[in-house]
Parts: sequence; structure tokens; C-alpha cells
Amino acid sequence: MASRDEIKFLSNPNLGSQRKKYCRFKKFGIRHIDYKDPDFLVQFLNAQGKLLPRRITGNSLKYQKKVAIAIKRARHLAILPYVTDLLK
Amino acid sequence: MRQYEVTFVVDPVLSGDEIKTAAKSYEDLLKNEGCSMVATDDLGLKSLAYPINKRNSGIYFTHEFTTETGAVVPKLELAMKRDERIMRFLTIKLDKHGVKYNDDKRSGKIGKKATHVSKLEKDAEKLVIKDDLTRLEGIGPKIAQLLITAGINSYEKVSQADSDKLKDILAKGGSAYLAHDPGSWPEQAKMAANKNWESLDALQEKLRGGKSEEE
Repeated sequence: MASRDEIKFLSNPNLGSQRKKYCRFKKFGIRHIDYKDPDFLVQFLNAQGKLLPRRITGNSLKYQKKVAIAIKRARHLAILPYVTDLLK
Repeated sequence: MRQYEVTFVVDPVLSGDEIKTAAKSYEDLLKNEGCSMVATDDLGLKSLAYPINKRNSGIYFTHEFTTETGAVVPKLELAMKRDERIMRFLTIKLDKHGVKYNDDKRSGKIGKKATHVSKLEKDAEKLVIKDDLTRLEGIGPKIAQLLITAGINSYEKVSQADSDKLKDILAKGGSAYLAHDPGSWPEQAKMAANKNWESLDALQEKLRGGKSEEE
């Protein structure tokens, strides 16, 4: 039987193995989310301007709630749209 | 002691003075109510994400203030609601992280990149470009920028600088500029400073990329 070193793969066998998601607020110690910064908040929205779920962004529950509040504040001040197309 | 932050959008149709007085009037209102202002920030004209009252842009202001009780907030919001100049407003109470964030932002710890760029732009504004240095053979827009930041902004100054000094400036700009030979630049600059364009053209004919042809 051929050992693993001798087997030639057609593609990198490590492809497709996903990196573990993490909460960027916990990792980088961001404690306050500024509602006046649309460029930052847009990372948590999809192209229609809807909030992305935690399972996609990887946010912890604590910070997902804060993100949601910040985005809703930004929408009220017309910094971010309520509904749109092609936001990103 | 509670710290609040009120952000409001002023109608852009008003004249510049009217906009300033609108922002100032709320600062005065807060002061009269015994609040101490922490900061006022003019965020400038921004386009709105959706039209409000048929306007597509607005001028954003932020006032940050501390007060003993929250009694002033309903008064402030009532005044803003009645004010036709104000399109939107939002008052929030800052927690300790919010206070720290805003302090850091003001002292330039957050968003460092933006302030750094604006500082560079300011420096560039200080150094007025007197002559078009790219007119000289061998100097392109990038090298011209290097020379200008080094304080050499006219033909006269190039002609006074010797080639060693010019080489130093280029070396500081990065290794990409080491290939350039500034040997002929002072000579060229001298002609340009005397507006001797014909002999400059004749000299540049002989030069290739700023280097004298060795034949």
C-alpha cells in the first residue's frame, strides 16, 4: 500500500476546510460600536441592507445585539438605508 | 454624572450662517440648562441614505455633554422636534466604553489613518509648487512630489542643490528611486530658471532619462 506521502492529489486536500469563525469584537477588544461609521457597519449588512445573521458574521450574542442597535440608530439618521439594492 | 451625545441633521438649504446658528442655539440651550459641553463636532455635509422631506443631503452635527440628571433631554428633544431646520435627531446616553471611544477618537487613537493622510495633505499644501519640475528630463510626477516634500519646489532650488543632495532625497523616497541619476538636474534647472527653454530642449535631446549619453 502506498503511504500518504506518495499519493498525489489532483487538488490541495486542505481546500474547503473552513477556518473557524470568531467574534471580532471579542478578539480585538472593541467595546463600543459607533453608529456614525457606515463603512464599519456595512460589514454586517447584506446587499439589501438587512442585518446578517450571527452564523455568517460569527459575532457573539452580546455584540450582535450591539451591532443591531448601532445599525438601527444609523438607519434613523439616514446614515444607512432601511431598504436598498446593491448596497455592496 | 451622565454623558449624552446628540446627533442631528440640519437642512442643507439654509445658508452657512443659519446652519451654524442652528447648531449654536442647541449648544446654548444645553449650557443654559446647566450642562457642560464635552465636545461639539461638525461632521459636515453628507448625502442621506434615503430622502427626508425631499432633501437628499444634510449637515450632521454632534454635541456631547454631561449633566447631573437626564432632565434636559426631553426639553432638548422637544425643541428639536419643533424646529423646522432639524431633519433628524438622536440622543443617546453613552456608557463608559462610549465615553472612552469618543475620547480616543478625538485624541486620534481611533481612525489614525485618516488623520495621518490629512496631515500629509496639509504638509503638501504648505509647500506651494512654484514650478513644474516634471518639465526637467528625468523628473516625473512622483519624483517631483519627493523633491517638493523635501523643500525643493522651484527650478532655482534644484539648480542650487548638488547631485549628492538630490541623491539623498531620492534614497529616502525608497529603493525604487535609486535607479534615477539626478546628475544633470541642476544644469537643466538652471536653464529653466533663466527661462532658457531652447537650450533646455537642446540639452534634453541629448539626455535619455536624465542621464547624459556616454558615447
